[in-house]
Amino acid sequence: MTGPVELWVYLSASPLLWLTLTLAVWVAARALSARLNNHPLANPVLVSVATMAAVLLATGTRYERFFEGAQFVHFLLGPATVALAVQLVRQWAEVRRYAIPALVTLFVGSLVAVSSTIMLSKILRLGQTTVASLAPKSTTAGVAMAISSSIGGDPALTAALVIATGLLGALMVTPLMNAMGIRNYAARGFAVGLASHGIGTARAFTVDPVAGLFAGMAMALNAIVTSVIVPLLI
Amino acid sequence: MVRGFATLLAFQLFGEALTFWSGSRVPGPVIGLVLLAVSLVFVWRGWMSAGVAVSEDVEKTANGLIVNLGLFFVPAGVGIVQHLDLLAAEGTRLAIVLLSTTLLTLIVCVWTFVLVDRLVQRYRGGAQ
Repeated sequence: MTGPVELWVYLSASPLLWLTLTLAVWVAARALSARLNNHPLANPVLVSVATMAAVLLATGTRYERFFEGAQFVHFLLGPATVALAVQLVRQWAEVRRYAIPALVTLFVGSLVAVSSTIMLSKILRLGQTTVASLAPKSTTAGVAMAISSSIGGDPALTAALVIATGLLGALMVTPLMNAMGIRNYAARGFAVGLASHGIGTARAFTVDPVAGLFAGMAMALNAIVTSVIVPLLI
Repeated sequence: MVRGFATLLAFQLFGEALTFWSGSRVPGPVIGLVLLAVSLVFVWRGWMSAGVAVSEDVEKTANGLIVNLGLFFVPAGVGIVQHLDLLAAEGTRLAIVLLSTTLLTLIVCVWTFVLVDRLVQRYRGGAQ
């Protein structure tokens, strides 16, 4: 009577299954990444997203159903952003030492990130909604979605593009910076935090604590600057 | 742990409230971050001794969250399954935009940072 199919039908309808799976996949992805010495391609966010997306597609589960469970994890983005304050104060001496380069880079980088995205996507003749959804892609998910909906973009699409941008930055940053011969970890961290928000910041923390600190700082500051400049540039 | 978590949430809540009232574009959690940083400076400089125990809890909770920062992006990332049709239609152009602009931003940022830092060092060195 109650075979595995019925059990699946029963469990897959509950948030518990999707929350547990998301956490379990993350733990496994972290272990895999550690085993491969934090190789960029074994990025735990990339591995987790790919695995969960494959599970949803294979089982024909709707995203909304998955999100009923995963929302508890999603919710922690806010408090995790607030939590960056601890690092900021703990390492205040580093922050002060690099305050001027950080501020200059913030404005230059933010402008380049937004304007290059708008220009290139217009050159490639992407649709207006897609351009608006792309413009805030370097900022953290929640902020980017708010900006996107205020300028006529699609917030759900923006979320996906934000994650893709985060992953690309996290994948590229280490080999790129090594190839460029950059040994200043404050600079490396700030660049990846600005270009690739929290996913870049997570990557930076696995490479170097100072890089992580400056990545978190860039992410927080860029959220402010981008929300001001995107409506002006689009 | 609960006390630390509650404190982080309270600062976020306060940030959201300020954003709402002021009608500003600055996201609530970012305001919460700034407010928490200021409070921590007060506590750790000994100007607000009542907050010491709470700040220790906050630090433990904060470290736990930051170690797993990437996890919190997974639910939004899985949202990609809703846009597979767009990916199929515009995937190549989207990939070109994402790849090249992220690469450009990384390079411009790191060069600007290193260059300005060198100028600042030279100026400070010259002033001594």
